[in-house]
Amino acid sequence: MTALKVTDLSKTFVVGGGLLRKPGAVRAVRPMSFEVATGETLGIVGESGCGKSTLARMLVGLNAPTTGQIEIAGKPLDNADPAAFGKLIQYVFQDPVSSLNPRKSIRQIMEAPLKWLHRMDRAARTARIAEIFASVNLREEFLDRYPHEFSGGQAQRIGVARALAAAPRIMVLDEPVSALDVSVQAQVLNLLADLRGQFDLTYLFISHDLAVVEAVSDRIMVLYFGAVVEIGPAREVFKTPRHPYTKLLADSAPVVGRPLTAPEQKDSELPDPLNPPPGCAFAGRCPRATDICVKVEPDLRPLGEHQLAACHHPLD
Amino acid sequence: MTTFLKLLFRNRLAALGAVVLGAIVLLALVTPLLPLADPDVTATGDRFMRPFTEGHLLGTDHLGRDLLSRLLWGTRLSLAVGIAAALVAGTIGSAIGIVAGYFGGRIDNVIMRGVDMLMAFPYILLALAIVAALGPGLLNALIAVAAVNIPFFARNIRGVTVGLAGREFIDAARLAGMGHGRIILTELLPNVASTIVIAMSTTVGWMILETAGLSFLGLGSQPPVADLGSMLGEARAALITNPHTSVVPGVMIFLIVMSINLLGDGVRDALDPRLRSGALTRPRAVTLVDRKGQVPEADQKGLLNIQSLETQFHVGPRIFRAVNEVSLHLNPGEALGIIGESGSGKSVTALSVMGLVASPPGVITGGAVRYAGEDLLSADYRSLRQKRGNNVAYIFQDPLSTLHPLYRVGDQLTEAIQAHHAVPDATARARAVELLKDVRIPNAEARVRDYPHQLSGGMRQRVGIAMALANDPDVIIADEPTTALDVTVQAQILALLDDLRRDRGLAIIFITHDFGVVGQLCDRVAVMYGGRIVEEGPTATILSHPAHPYTKKLMACVPELGGGKRELAAIPGLPPVVSDLPPGCAFAPRCDKATEACRVGEIGFTGSDTHRVRCIHPEEVLA
Amino acid sequence: MGAHILKRLISAIPVLLGITVIVFLIMAMIPGDPATAILGSYATPENVEKLNRDLGLDKPLVTRYFIWLGNMLSGGFGRSFSLNRPVIDEILDRFNATLILAGVSFVLCTLLGILAGVVSAARQYGLADKAITFTVLIGISVPSFFLGMMMILVFAVNLRLLPVSGMYAIYGGGDLIDLARHLVMPALALAVVATGVIARLSRSAMLEVLRQDYIRTARAKGVHERRVIMGHALRAAMVSIIPVLGIQAGFVLSGSVYIEIVFQWPGVGRMLVDAILKRDILLVQGGVVFVAAAYVFFNIAVDVAQSLLDPRIKT
Repeated sequence: MTALKVTDLSKTFVVGGGLLRKPGAVRAVRPMSFEVATGETLGIVGESGCGKSTLARMLVGLNAPTTGQIEIAGKPLDNADPAAFGKLIQYVFQDPVSSLNPRKSIRQIMEAPLKWLHRMDRAARTARIAEIFASVNLREEFLDRYPHEFSGGQAQRIGVARALAAAPRIMVLDEPVSALDVSVQAQVLNLLADLRGQFDLTYLFISHDLAVVEAVSDRIMVLYFGAVVEIGPAREVFKTPRHPYTKLLADSAPVVGRPLTAPEQKDSELPDPLNPPPGCAFAGRCPRATDICVKVEPDLRPLGEHQLAACHHPLD
Repeated sequence: MTTFLKLLFRNRLAALGAVVLGAIVLLALVTPLLPLADPDVTATGDRFMRPFTEGHLLGTDHLGRDLLSRLLWGTRLSLAVGIAAALVAGTIGSAIGIVAGYFGGRIDNVIMRGVDMLMAFPYILLALAIVAALGPGLLNALIAVAAVNIPFFARNIRGVTVGLAGREFIDAARLAGMGHGRIILTELLPNVASTIVIAMSTTVGWMILETAGLSFLGLGSQPPVADLGSMLGEARAALITNPHTSVVPGVMIFLIVMSINLLGDGVRDALDPRLRSGALTRPRAVTLVDRKGQVPEADQKGLLNIQSLETQFHVGPRIFRAVNEVSLHLNPGEALGIIGESGSGKSVTALSVMGLVASPPGVITGGAVRYAGEDLLSADYRSLRQKRGNNVAYIFQDPLSTLHPLYRVGDQLTEAIQAHHAVPDATARARAVELLKDVRIPNAEARVRDYPHQLSGGMRQRVGIAMALANDPDVIIADEPTTALDVTVQAQILALLDDLRRDRGLAIIFITHDFGVVGQLCDRVAVMYGGRIVEEGPTATILSHPAHPYTKKLMACVPELGGGKRELAAIPGLPPVVSDLPPGCAFAPRCDKATEACRVGEIGFTGSDTHRVRCIHPEEVLA
Repeated sequence: MGAHILKRLISAIPVLLGITVIVFLIMAMIPGDPATAILGSYATPENVEKLNRDLGLDKPLVTRYFIWLGNMLSGGFGRSFSLNRPVIDEILDRFNATLILAGVSFVLCTLLGILAGVVSAARQYGLADKAITFTVLIGISVPSFFLGMMMILVFAVNLRLLPVSGMYAIYGGGDLIDLARHLVMPALALAVVATGVIARLSRSAMLEVLRQDYIRTARAKGVHERRVIMGHALRAAMVSIIPVLGIQAGFVLSGSVYIEIVFQWPGVGRMLVDAILKRDILLVQGGVVFVAAAYVFFNIAVDVAQSLLDPRIKT
């Protein structure tokens, strides 16, 4: 069953533009289509500026898409209010401390989705919060404290608990552990894995850390410059990358025992978003680029059994 | 609230302001009950009586009216008008600012354009225009002063709101189904409130001054009623002959405004959390050294030798023991990794070497740092400065914040050279271009004229590296130099550092939280936890046979690429807070091998000179 | 750079129009018959009626604005009834005096303020810092008009060091030294508050900047501490000080109204207050628009200075 279906979704930001200057357009997310099955974890990786956060914000209704549709559990949701999204899909933020209002107690924070999305009465709310807190291993005495009293790991558990309180089908996890210490990261990742089974959730897991994404995902989608360059099963994407960019990513990750050499690439710069090149956005850095790459934008096409890549000269 | 009051009155000046203002306000409140002469009854026969005359404590004015009575009634009026103006301006201005800041986009644009127009007037012109249109009078002066101050509040509050509106908790509130009105009232307002209070308390004095000013010009309160400003205005004609009539209201205005300013500053300091932690102190040029014990004897180890280093942060009554008993040495040409989580003390150790720990609050309380035998902690500023960058250079984490935004990268490089070598500008500039080429920046001749913001993150960090290389140092301390970079760029920077180090025979201390990086770059590694080194040894040995349970667990936490989907090993519990370290091993509360012995007393190193561990129950028994 | 200055000048047009709109709207609040207000209470009924027709009082507000704007642009702000001369002539006669007073005062408070702030920050919690902080606190709490009066009492009346008031001596004088002697007290009295504000701001801007990572970088390079403070830190602090200088110039200009009254300085401020008391509306609105426009151009200069300092500004 399909939990999330995205068709031709894109976002263009208008930037600059003053009295005398024509505003420019930045295509943060180029039209993309993909599906996520119920119970699946789709990992989304990419470096800064690849559009992963914009994509995530559109999926939960915080940014209105420029084109395309979002369908959750068969319901189209393209331009609805975040509140309409909120019951179906929730968001766990990167910075756990900044995602909690410093002037509110944890109880007030936890109650908001129950009150405004589900219109529960006080007794029902208390019962529900107790239930959720038990499942994320938080003590109920925390409810009367304020966000600054918690460490990053605890605050992130609270963020996860708040998202769960809305009883969504899907959770978008936007770099949920990158602000945490290494020794605490694993705790939160394992908790998230448990919750997925327990509440029958579907995850979109966004991260820049390839190893973390690989460890938690069923499938992985690689973004570059606002577009999907490769998508496939987690086990295969980094083992047998089809797109040269995916290979570059995999080769760049520091691995114990591998000698230090910079992986092959022509240039390290991203293209200018205000003045994007025609053809493949990666062509400027790609060691395999030919004439066609700088002229024609490649489409995503199946390569191998389950992988898709957008490349004119894919790797075997 | 009680903490706020406590903080407020700990500030002696604020307390003084509160007392003076309190007395004045009290006097103003009880004025109608006091046995005073009617302030408006004239007695031309008694004009210009000196202070301390019978029946007229402060004397009389040019119409023979009792100055004390007029002063108290005038104070009452001035305070009331000033406070009213502040409340009106604060309320309207804040509302405008919050709406503009929260909604942003076109609404913000239109509102702020209007505000900018109003601010294009020197404030008194606007006030004068309003009074000119409405006619002189105290109420109109109040309106004018309030109107003139609305843009200041609007702009101030909008700035704060924009920052808050971009925070994730506002997004979270929207996803929790809250509407805009509710978000503004329950999510934003409580966070902006302190700024509004600060803005009001720091401007109320100013508004009293402004209304007094308009009255002084004859545009505010009209005779016979007088506020402090119009008293001063009327007295001006007799300034030379009877100065006391001017001095009395003038001093009162001064007292009111000063006490409000003192109190307002106190309120600001008590409400502003950045000031509360004492963060707004200027770090000295060199970290404070206040060694309690004896300076350790030189033991001739390595080029750079850190001996029993102890660095602490003294914040109020709390002492954060960031670095405890850290001993490390670095041989020429060697790469030493220091690995640890945030708060483990790895960066503070590195910064202590050249006295770069921000101080206050940082204090080096023990140990020695020897460069070629000489203790840098006892060195004077002159000799330390000469070694900074020349013998020991640093590369810092975030190249955007560590390069000066207003200087061209070429100038920052030449400055580094000229800080240690008296070479002509042209030579230094040529050397700067050469340095940029050495770190493989393409088109170096043009890049020297760029500002940091014109470069990408990777290029900026190359500039940072070039700057560290500028004086051919023997030692480079790299403090998480690739943490802020994308993974593909990180690979290039690491490869570059490795090449440079081998080509130039540099010794390098590499601080990181990433075992992958250490494994690739470093010969030896020290693992830090809770401000101490818990294990130290050759990289290959530690990676294959970690002896400390923490090292082993930490490595297991970090997934490595190629393992597929899996359950990760986790360490239960939280890293320790260095202001409250447990006795014994700091890792004991999270360690499954911990016994009673782990929780008492100092735990020393076991093992050899090459591989040592601070553990009673090591994973591997070291020879 | 030239293009940037041009762009800023062009962007001043909407601001100037905005200023006229605001002044027009304020003047539209005048209760009663505007023609009577403009012509004064001694005007003949015929004149009043004619003027009312000229102002287009029967027309909607927007149309009236354009008629008003047209009159201002072509008629040079109109004619003052109380002085019986064109408003623009009177303003031009007096603007010089205000410019000298406010200009000298502004230079004074900028130099003193930044200097005090830098010293204060560099010696944080030291004796110099405490002394400066205390002086500044008193400075920003004293009403400038009261301070001016006290200065007259002490320096002119008691010590007889300086002239009591005016811009030039009535007999003789008229040279630069005479002007300077007359200028000392008003310029100082006017500068005190702004100096305090600028000193406070410079201090906190310096303290903020000194905590930045790039200061640590400069120190790590081995740059001398004097250069760290006077070069790296002050330059970065100027980015937040310069906009405040623009605002403070507005405060100096505003304060000059009081000071001109206290010291009988023949400037625009005194003219405005007299005009308001005489209900000479055309003189008021002309003066307000003129000075506000001058201030707009001053702020453009501040903006340009800011973009010269900070390469990140590119608009």
